[in-house]
Amino acid sequence: MPALPADRSEAVFADFKPALDDNQARVEAHRCLYCHDAPCIRACPTSIDIPGFIRKIATGNLTGSARTIFESNVLGMSCARVCPVEVLCVGDCVYNHMGVPPIQIGKLQRYATDHAYRQGTRFWQAGPDTGRSVGLVGAGPASLACAHRLRRFGHAVTIYEAREVLGGLNSTGIAPYKMPADRAIEEVDWVRSIGGIEVQTGVNVPTDLGWAELEQRHDALFIGIGLGPDSRLQARGEHLQGIHGAVDWIERMKLGKVDVSKVQTAVVIGGGNTAIDAVRELLGLGVSYVKLLYRGVEAGMPGYAHEWASAKKEGARVVWRVQPLGFEGHGGRVTAVRCMRLDRNKQPIEGSEHTIAADLVLLAIGQGKLGGLVSGLDGVQVEGGRIVADAAGATGRPGVYAGGDCVNGGQEVVNAVAMGRDAAVAIHSFLSAGGR
Amino acid sequence: MADLTTTCAGITSPNPFWLASAPPTNSGEQVLRAFDAGWGGAVWKTLGQPIQNVSSRFGAIQYRGVGGVGFNNIELITDRPLEANFREIAEVKKRWPKNALVVSLMVESREEWKEIIARSEDAGADGLELNFGCPHGMCERGMGSAVGQEPVVNERITSWAKEFATKPVLVKLTPNVGDIVPHGLAAQKGGADGVSLINTIKSIIGVDLDSLTPRPMVGGRSTNGGYCGAAVRPIALHMVAALARDPRFRLPISGIGGITDWRDALEFLLLGSSSVQVCTEVMLRGYRIVEDMIEGLEGWMDARGFERLDQLVGRSVPAFTEWGELDLNYEIVAKIDADKCIGCQLCMVACHDGAHQCIHPGTELTAAGVRVPVVDEAECVGCNLCQIVCPVQGCITMAQVDNGFAPATWNEHVGHGATLRPKKGSHG
Repeated sequence: MPALPADRSEAVFADFKPALDDNQARVEAHRCLYCHDAPCIRACPTSIDIPGFIRKIATGNLTGSARTIFESNVLGMSCARVCPVEVLCVGDCVYNHMGVPPIQIGKLQRYATDHAYRQGTRFWQAGPDTGRSVGLVGAGPASLACAHRLRRFGHAVTIYEAREVLGGLNSTGIAPYKMPADRAIEEVDWVRSIGGIEVQTGVNVPTDLGWAELEQRHDALFIGIGLGPDSRLQARGEHLQGIHGAVDWIERMKLGKVDVSKVQTAVVIGGGNTAIDAVRELLGLGVSYVKLLYRGVEAGMPGYAHEWASAKKEGARVVWRVQPLGFEGHGGRVTAVRCMRLDRNKQPIEGSEHTIAADLVLLAIGQGKLGGLVSGLDGVQVEGGRIVADAAGATGRPGVYAGGDCVNGGQEVVNAVAMGRDAAVAIHSFLSAGGR
Repeated sequence: MADLTTTCAGITSPNPFWLASAPPTNSGEQVLRAFDAGWGGAVWKTLGQPIQNVSSRFGAIQYRGVGGVGFNNIELITDRPLEANFREIAEVKKRWPKNALVVSLMVESREEWKEIIARSEDAGADGLELNFGCPHGMCERGMGSAVGQEPVVNERITSWAKEFATKPVLVKLTPNVGDIVPHGLAAQKGGADGVSLINTIKSIIGVDLDSLTPRPMVGGRSTNGGYCGAAVRPIALHMVAALARDPRFRLPISGIGGITDWRDALEFLLLGSSSVQVCTEVMLRGYRIVEDMIEGLEGWMDARGFERLDQLVGRSVPAFTEWGELDLNYEIVAKIDADKCIGCQLCMVACHDGAHQCIHPGTELTAAGVRVPVVDEAECVGCNLCQIVCPVQGCITMAQVDNGFAPATWNEHVGHGATLRPKKGSHG
């Protein structure tokens, strides 16, 4: 894996939620009520024993605390930083019912997992060799969680990844004030330190390596190919310079450099979490005027309310009920977004056309689905571009499993980890029962 | 406004809050500052043949992030020249004539007791406290708890002190005994004007897990110390109450042991103390805590209609009795307020694992999305455990049940066959 440049754009960001020191962690851990059958556990997609790991922080058993976290979520270090805890574990803390500030679970998880990373504790070794082999397509959180669990069972594992950088969106897409790319990559190395997780990068499946060949090489497959490129508006002028897909732009900002020094007005189109991230990132990079364009109003935004609240504090502007129609430019560069106003039912209001000045435009209106890539695998169902898999990750084709964004359509890292982990258990059952 | 003036063993002070004989009363400069802060009295750090101390001297228990819940020390009596102590006692007494200034004493021979009592009274002491309690260091030299643990020696030295003293004599008792009552009676027999208790409990506060040495560490070794602080309060309360309810015991009591605030002090007063002594909380938080102690006690007395302290001293003693006199037919059950419940399930797991398996998981969510556990009142034994673990004030209450059975104690049952209600929670 190539080293990341030190002067990449994301390096200017500081932690939005700073780490707890020893005293803060101890005091916070002692506040936890240690609920039985705790709502925070039920709110966690990976079902981490949260009261259990917090009690271990309180007693000073930090290594045991980290083990409890990683047992359920081997990507617990990054999830501690990137999980939207406000709507998951912290949102369900019983203290919310008491009008008392809920336990800062994400920060405590970060405290324990950072300790384990600093100590270099690995916790698990690969199981005895079973002689069976699993191929995983994509090197994102779902595949990494799946591969680690498969190695604990003793199966041989090979990950095929199109990019040179491993970690998927965890490395290329997380807002840098939550986690910079090098931490995600450090996590990949930590996961791989169990040994025996072979990786082949620069491999596009199925163009470079077909499904038939993969099935021949391996006893089972796991598909964790995530989502495709940013969706486009298909509007006039979209080819102009200065117009980018948000996911693509964020990846370049995180792994390399983007130059926003001459940008006067940046416009982000969309209302989801990628759009809000992009707004906050542009503001953080020093763009003084950043405007969100959204078709609805605040109450209907699909992005998290707590993220949007932070964006507003940081100076985000917004135009509600507006539909981009196209782009105007000068000398091949974008200068404005041509828009139309929408009514309450998101229908265009006649005669409301106007322009909004912009010299940088990020499109955050979704990503393509990659279900079409599995068309060569008979029996694997695809619906609306998503691969269809059951709760254990099994597709309609024996021995082929799938998880993460390519199945759920794009959720959190922690959802992908849970799906990858559970698929590994199902694959192990399949192989143990003599499958393929 | 309630009057906090108290007289304990003939020693009067403007309020019942005295500093116990300990590091906070080591010097005149300290006691002057303490009286400035509002303390009603002070028992001077024990005088005797000045000793040499070790370092370190203190150890503490940390619980849930808070240090000092339990505390111990291996410091001995005064290490300052007696002349300096007496000079400062005279100075303090001159500047604070109405505050109680008691001098704690610990020497060996009859002659020594005679001399040090005379010098203390010459300096202006309002009373004398005989330190028969220290469980570390001095007891190895035949003093402190070595005296307090032997009723005959206790009585003899007390009678010497009474022979020489013109001021009231308090005997400070050690808790390092099986039953406190014979020791209180020995002091009474020796002629003491009152007792103060408890002194510290013989203890090892902990072991340092890096050096594997018990704490507090003195050059790679340690020794047993005197345990005190909030954690010892229940033991002290029992010993005070055990003396207060004994019909043979008639002396006033100065209560000591884990008092941190006015509520704690009030408990000692209600169980028979006419003054209280504080050390550890002052060591941890400073003399300034007394302002709240005075205000809190006054406020409570005003709210409850008490005008003078003697109206409440010993007020709770009649309700303290032996187990065999408790009404076995009195029945309470737990009630959970669904509107207050936050769904932590702590009562449920405590009842299942630590009590009588009568609180069960709720099956439905409230409008607020909370799963409220359900009490099986037919099996609830009314043990209080659920109420103890509940983090929400007023969420779990213990409600009395009218079961139709007349009150009946165990003594009445075995004595003349009084009828007892059927047992609950034994799961047949």
